[in-house]
Amino acid sequence: MSSVPSSPLAAPAAAAYDPDARLSALAWLRANLFSSVWQSLLTLAVAFVLIRFFWFVLDWGVVNAVFYTTDPDVCRAATGACWAVIAEKHRPMLFGLYPYDEHWRLVLMMAIYLGTVVLSLWPRCWNLRFLVPLWIVSSLSIGVLMFGGVLGLRYVPTSEWGGLPLTMLLFTGTVLIGMPVAVLLALGRRAPLPVARGVSVVFIEALRGVPLITILFVAVNVFPLFLPAGVEVNKLLRITVGIAIFFACYQAEVIRGGLQAIPRGQYEAAASLSLSYWQTTRRIILPQALRISLPAITNHIIAAMKNTSFVIIIGLFDILTATTAVMQDPLWRKFYIEAYLFVAAVYLFFGYALSLYARQVEKWIASGRI
Amino acid sequence: MTDANPGLRGKRPRRSPKDILYSESFRTAVYQIALAAAVALLGFYLYQNVVENLARQNIATGFGFLEQVSQFEIGETLIAYSARDTYGRALAVGLMNTLSVSAAGIVVATVIGFSVGIARVSSNWLLQRLATAYVEIVRNIPVILQVIFWAAVIRNLPAPRQAVELWGLGFLSNRGLTFAMPSAHAAHLWMLAALGAGIALAILASHKAKRHREATGRYIDMLWPCVGLIVGLPLLVWLGFGAPHEISFPERRGFNFAGGATISPEFVALMTGISLYSSGFIAEIVRAGIQATPRGQVEAARSIALRPRFILRYVVLPQALRVIVPPLTSQYVSLIKNSSIAVVIGYPDLVNIGNTVMNQTGQAVEAIAVMMLVYLIVSLATSLLMNLYNRLVAIKER
Repeated sequence: MSSVPSSPLAAPAAAAYDPDARLSALAWLRANLFSSVWQSLLTLAVAFVLIRFFWFVLDWGVVNAVFYTTDPDVCRAATGACWAVIAEKHRPMLFGLYPYDEHWRLVLMMAIYLGTVVLSLWPRCWNLRFLVPLWIVSSLSIGVLMFGGVLGLRYVPTSEWGGLPLTMLLFTGTVLIGMPVAVLLALGRRAPLPVARGVSVVFIEALRGVPLITILFVAVNVFPLFLPAGVEVNKLLRITVGIAIFFACYQAEVIRGGLQAIPRGQYEAAASLSLSYWQTTRRIILPQALRISLPAITNHIIAAMKNTSFVIIIGLFDILTATTAVMQDPLWRKFYIEAYLFVAAVYLFFGYALSLYARQVEKWIASGRI
Repeated sequence: MTDANPGLRGKRPRRSPKDILYSESFRTAVYQIALAAAVALLGFYLYQNVVENLARQNIATGFGFLEQVSQFEIGETLIAYSARDTYGRALAVGLMNTLSVSAAGIVVATVIGFSVGIARVSSNWLLQRLATAYVEIVRNIPVILQVIFWAAVIRNLPAPRQAVELWGLGFLSNRGLTFAMPSAHAAHLWMLAALGAGIALAILASHKAKRHREATGRYIDMLWPCVGLIVGLPLLVWLGFGAPHEISFPERRGFNFAGGATISPEFVALMTGISLYSSGFIAEIVRAGIQATPRGQVEAARSIALRPRFILRYVVLPQALRVIVPPLTSQYVSLIKNSSIAVVIGYPDLVNIGNTVMNQTGQAVEAIAVMMLVYLIVSLATSLLMNLYNRLVAIKER
């Protein structure tokens, strides 16, 4: 994840010479598509392939597609896509093993979750006196909705949680647990104490050298052995912490890059004001370091969202596991492409939303708003 | 320092215990000892718990299980293996599979990544937009979803009888990819050796030519001699063996194919998934590398009538590679680590076999430790190799 997220598109060739030139449509075509014989041939070739492709997509995905039916034979008879599989199976795909009659609780939970997240990302609401109560209230209500067992709601153990809500919870848990750990690890790696440096370096490098899967195996199979007899930690929590620590090791390296970019004078100025290490870190260094490394931080946060899909290996029913399980149904199995396209669209949507927001934050930073 | 102000040193007041308590060096030492002690204590506590738990659950400890007979078969092996072999050998088979799928994936990802990366900076608007769309899509869909998708696509391909024919050279079916291969011949090994020798000689010769140029200022074009060495030597060996040109074409026979070589469906799905995913990231790295060479440099090189080949070789590539190689290394390492999702689609890689070993022996700690250690070694070795290469292309400062 070393590249810039959704980097701005490379400027067209003509603009590189004269960014202010306002080209007429014809001149633009000449400069960007038909500047030479070879370029024209290339354009025609690419256009041919694209038109064939879009023709196929239109033909398969719209013209000959079946949008709604409850009878798989109707789909079988059609030559196009069977979007009906999503209508038919959207509930097990989106909500996994969660009891069918209680799905309304998950819908409500997602509404509360998305509302909380959107409010927290809005600079107008960046006020601890608002955000802390907001998160307490929404976490409590999400907890009540997911677990149940009170207010006449049926109790649902975490082993039955699944689908998109589970993906959201895993992702949020990863970021909320991982970011503070990442900051601590990054500070540890740059600390004036050699022992702290050593511990952080070994921890970061060891975990970055192994695949996420092995860390999930540790969380599921080895971690229970670390605890004294009789003590148990919920499997979902163990897995979330495992993903979070893996995430933290990558994020720590990004934040370290930001820390290294802070000029020495900042530390010296803080020292001359006789600020303590923690005062310097909290008020002078971290705000600047986090701003500098923001693009790379968002990259890893988006990667963390994609990485939640690794839980399929240890049998948690996130949206991907649920879809894979649903696609075992012999009646609908043939239409796996449509189902996976739907899941891909969900990931693309959230990833795109995150990167748009990150770009907005970079603009706010550049304009000095935050 | 001590000589510079002896006065200060001489008049140093006696330190009271309070001064020592507030001195920075003392505090630093205390914090560090406390941290080290905390880490050691935590480690000891966890170790104790593990030992107790294992003893209570009657699970064996130690790496003795590596010598025991595995009693399971593996679908795909590069070295001889049967169910009568040991767990250790089973893990070695898994490692070989991990390495082979990663190596193939790295080659494919690099080829696609470089092509798309170059297309990303193309002056052709349509091509550039197409490349951008490709990058955004493959990068932002989880790699596991991509691998599962390709596995499903291959599983749903027609059976060998109705297999998709690839220009008479091979077949794509739910048995994987079957393609024509030259029939095995003793010459092949010698040709491989000749290729290695050719590459070594080419490197040596260009080095000599460079020395010669630096000493005399006279340029010797080594392009064709090098091509001749690398291609010609194996060709000579091939001719020396009487030019064995028998090629084994696959044919449909019964429910399967006869002849040719076959790559398993799992291998194809895994390699396609992880290499397409990585190719998106590599494309972005390549784009950044190309854009690192200012336009003016190419124009300057052209204005002194440098041949296009030399502009690429002596102006663009040295600057681009410097930017490309370090992040490319981490992409390769992450591709190797991504190959561990093989377990989802049943390709027998290290993690898949490690998982089986773990379930059979119950020795989770040791089995996971073996997996982690192997990946650490592979990751570090890849970084080391690429760092050596990076040292070749990095800025040589005087």
